[in-house]
Amino acid sequence: MNHLSDLLLGRLGRDALPFWEMLKDPTTSSIINGIIATGAAAMVILGALVVAGLLTWYGKWKILWRDWLTSPDHKKIGIMFIIIAMVMLLRAVIEAAIMRAQQALGLGGGFLSPEHFGQLFTTHGTIMIFFMAMPFLTGVINHVMPLQIGARDLSFPVMNTVSLGLTAAGAALVMVSLVLAPFSTGGWSGYPPFTESAVNPGAGVDYWIWAVTLSTLSSTLTGINFAVTIYKKRTRGMNLMRMPLFCWVSLCTAILMIFGMPPLTVATALLALDRYLDFHFFTADLGGNMMNYINLFWAFGHPEVYILILPAFGIYSEIFANFSGKQLYGYTTLVIATMAIAVLSFTVWLHHFFTMGQSAHVNAVFGIATMLIGIPTGVKIYDWMLTMYRGRVRFSIPMVYALGFLMLFTLGGLSGIILATPSVDYQVHNSLFLVAHFHNMLIPGLLFGMLAAYNYWFPKAFGFRLEERWGYRAAFSWIIGFMLAFFPLYALGLLGMPRRTVTFFTPAYLPWTLAAGLGALVILFAVYCLIMQLWQSVRLRQENATPIGDPWDGRSLEWATPAPPPEYNFPVLPEVYSHDPFTEQKSGGRAYQRPERYADITMPANTAMGVITAVTGFLMAFGLTWYMWWLVIASGAVALIAVIARGYARNTTRVIPAAEVQRTHERWLDDVARTTPVTRDHEHTRANRGLAVPPEQGAIQ
Amino acid sequence: MSTQPSRHPGLNLGEPHAEAHSANEEFVFGFWVFMMSDFIIFGLLFATYATMLGGQAGGPGPDELFELRGAFIETMLLLVSSFTFGMASLALKYREDRKWLIIWLLISLVLGVAFIGHELLDFHRMFDKGGVPSRSGFLSAFFALVPLHGLHVTAACIWLIALLGQIAVHGLDHGVKISLTRLAILWHFLDIVWIGIFSLVYLGGLA
Amino acid sequence: MSHRELSAARARERATELKSYITGFILALVLTLIPFGLLAFTQLSRMALFCTIGLCALLQVVVHFRFFLHITLARNKREDLQLILFTTLILAIMCGGTLWILFNLYTRMLPGMIP
Repeated sequence: MNHLSDLLLGRLGRDALPFWEMLKDPTTSSIINGIIATGAAAMVILGALVVAGLLTWYGKWKILWRDWLTSPDHKKIGIMFIIIAMVMLLRAVIEAAIMRAQQALGLGGGFLSPEHFGQLFTTHGTIMIFFMAMPFLTGVINHVMPLQIGARDLSFPVMNTVSLGLTAAGAALVMVSLVLAPFSTGGWSGYPPFTESAVNPGAGVDYWIWAVTLSTLSSTLTGINFAVTIYKKRTRGMNLMRMPLFCWVSLCTAILMIFGMPPLTVATALLALDRYLDFHFFTADLGGNMMNYINLFWAFGHPEVYILILPAFGIYSEIFANFSGKQLYGYTTLVIATMAIAVLSFTVWLHHFFTMGQSAHVNAVFGIATMLIGIPTGVKIYDWMLTMYRGRVRFSIPMVYALGFLMLFTLGGLSGIILATPSVDYQVHNSLFLVAHFHNMLIPGLLFGMLAAYNYWFPKAFGFRLEERWGYRAAFSWIIGFMLAFFPLYALGLLGMPRRTVTFFTPAYLPWTLAAGLGALVILFAVYCLIMQLWQSVRLRQENATPIGDPWDGRSLEWATPAPPPEYNFPVLPEVYSHDPFTEQKSGGRAYQRPERYADITMPANTAMGVITAVTGFLMAFGLTWYMWWLVIASGAVALIAVIARGYARNTTRVIPAAEVQRTHERWLDDVARTTPVTRDHEHTRANRGLAVPPEQGAIQ
Repeated sequence: MSTQPSRHPGLNLGEPHAEAHSANEEFVFGFWVFMMSDFIIFGLLFATYATMLGGQAGGPGPDELFELRGAFIETMLLLVSSFTFGMASLALKYREDRKWLIIWLLISLVLGVAFIGHELLDFHRMFDKGGVPSRSGFLSAFFALVPLHGLHVTAACIWLIALLGQIAVHGLDHGVKISLTRLAILWHFLDIVWIGIFSLVYLGGLA
Repeated sequence: MSHRELSAARARERATELKSYITGFILALVLTLIPFGLLAFTQLSRMALFCTIGLCALLQVVVHFRFFLHITLARNKREDLQLILFTTLILAIMCGGTLWILFNLYTRMLPGMIP
């Protein structure tokens, strides 16, 4: 019997339950930690049950399957990516708040055990990078980019569902690690030899390895998909230099994904070989060398930083131009700067380990390369400011985020230049100064960008605007909360407080950790505002509806479609003659035209490949983590058979008849004719149904 | 050389295969990009191998473990299979003659399988001499790099078998043609990676 | 599935492409045999061997790209060529950087790891 359970469950035992430790050895510390961990596990299970219950109650399972899970539509896949990102954001922010609370109370103790704290900062980092940031930006690009270049879908819609499946599997694995604990305590970068089996034999590091591997594979495939789409599927007249800047950053991001992800694949694969098959890549003995891992990891890690930030740059470019009512200033320089950043990002990875022991001239070369990146980034900052200069700036919610970004990101960039100096880095490395720096880049840079994109393109995706009062509250709370939470960390770093410290004994740290804790509370309030905003928006969806699809007087092609756009995006693929094609059409009175003739449209048919990938990927990773070899073999076999069988499938498209396209399109055109256009003064009122008063002599109205 | 403009890497099928030819442009380009990503993986494993050369930890080194004869046989098997796959591509492009196409594909498949078999035999010999991956960092690096190439060849062989099945079921329709064009690229690509392996690992190790 | 008659132009095209495959095969064969032969049958110095092996390998990679994968300098092939060149650039940065960094570390801390 015991033998059988070993075979079935591998090394998964009762001690994986989050409350086991507390029951076995009840001390004050183990009870507090046990309650927190059990509460988190209960939230995961309850959340899953509530979702399943609601779906059953409203009878939506079939719709979920037919319209969402098996849909190859890039817009829906994008939305699903963003939903994953938001759920994971919620979890990781709560974890961050717990860590801030621990450090606020951490003088000489605190309430968390070091083990628990280690899991918190590891999952927080892993989730924020791989399961919040990556799915969020992938989702936004997925949704918007094909619309902007005038394509019907990505080049490989089925592969797109597979990417989504892989990310979903990884996210699910991280969530399950709350119920069947523990997760790794090795930080998001998982440095050996700490993560080797000699030191860390448990399942935690294996959870981390497979979750990250799933995410990496997903991103590589996504990158290929985006790059090929931009190269091959642009509409007529949309040459590269006419693409909206967001498409340019998508291209650069895709290239970074294609070439930046492999080093991580290699690093985690070699670590897995060490742990599973007793290889000696990074062990401390038998010719192993952990410095190799650090080198490989950051050869990924630095391009990754720009994978995270470039899409946000693109989003801000769209927002600054749109809400200033002007063409983007310095388009060509922005394109060149983006390309320069993309290439330079491959040349700076050593600045993550200046202190590893290489000689001063190696450090100097990489330090200088790092500072060089400041130049194209500076070019961008000036271009954005000059875009606003003499524009009619509207302080909409995306613009609030963008302005917060502009100032805070510049500050963070300056602290980056400080860190790029190897001799300074020797003083502050591994301290909270570094933590403050990269949060200063990623929160105002990436996260504000994604939230701005969410506010900006939400009416396009769902056909109604997001509610504004809670939106402004969220935006300002994020900005203030960020400053309160992270500026103290600069001071703490300079005072010498190491990062990832569970407890400390220097009273001088306390005021700063308390201030940071207060900031975390404000950020929690910001998240609450985001939830309220969504709730209110859904409640007021009729009042705030913008079915015509152009609520912000947009400039690029995605605004020329109804909201939400039909599955095929454009009844007839548009032809483009300049930058900002939709603005040009509107000012020339050529928007909302009836095409001369309609044709049948061939679209990819629904496919279950994404769901199969998600399920088999998750089960395989889960089996590998807990040594359930039968599960690994079974799910691997199913995945292989599914891939081979897919090769035999031939009826993979479906045709939408011209008559149906015509009917849908003309109904919308009739709506356009019946709708009263609004000027920008009424942008935030209920009069805005998504039709803008056309520009007069190039000036928006 | 070709009179028609070529639109993607590998052999272009050209106008007589119009439908497959234009669909190919996107599919093959995507696959080509994937190959480039894979190239980075192999490149990094090569670099890691070079940095681990000194990590022999008193275990057996290249001189004791590698055999020139085995490496030569494997090289020839792969090179000839690359050529025969080229012949298969030509058969596909010019004759649409199923018999010759299948003969060339089968020859390539047999060569590929022979390569894998011989490589496994080689590994077995190395194991017997104490050259197991858990012995040292150097052997770990070897057994991450070379078998990964072998795994790729195995995957290519499985793909080829699946494609032969597809030819049996669907005939030479454009789905099969697109897949064959991509498989050809993978096949030639693996031969290129092997050039790196026999040069750096085997010849470099024995020199 | 009988043998279709090819037009004269197609037949010519086929002949050139066949010739290209055969040329590539012979070149690759020669470039393989040279390093193997030198190693097996001569007593060249290690450095000279390394250089020949490296040179032959590089040439053979180019041969494979040119004759088997049909990557040429022709105008309509630029996209693919650019992609290869970009990949080579990234590979050079990553692999070159790795070797530089790691061997620098070895000379300073782990002299035993230098082969």
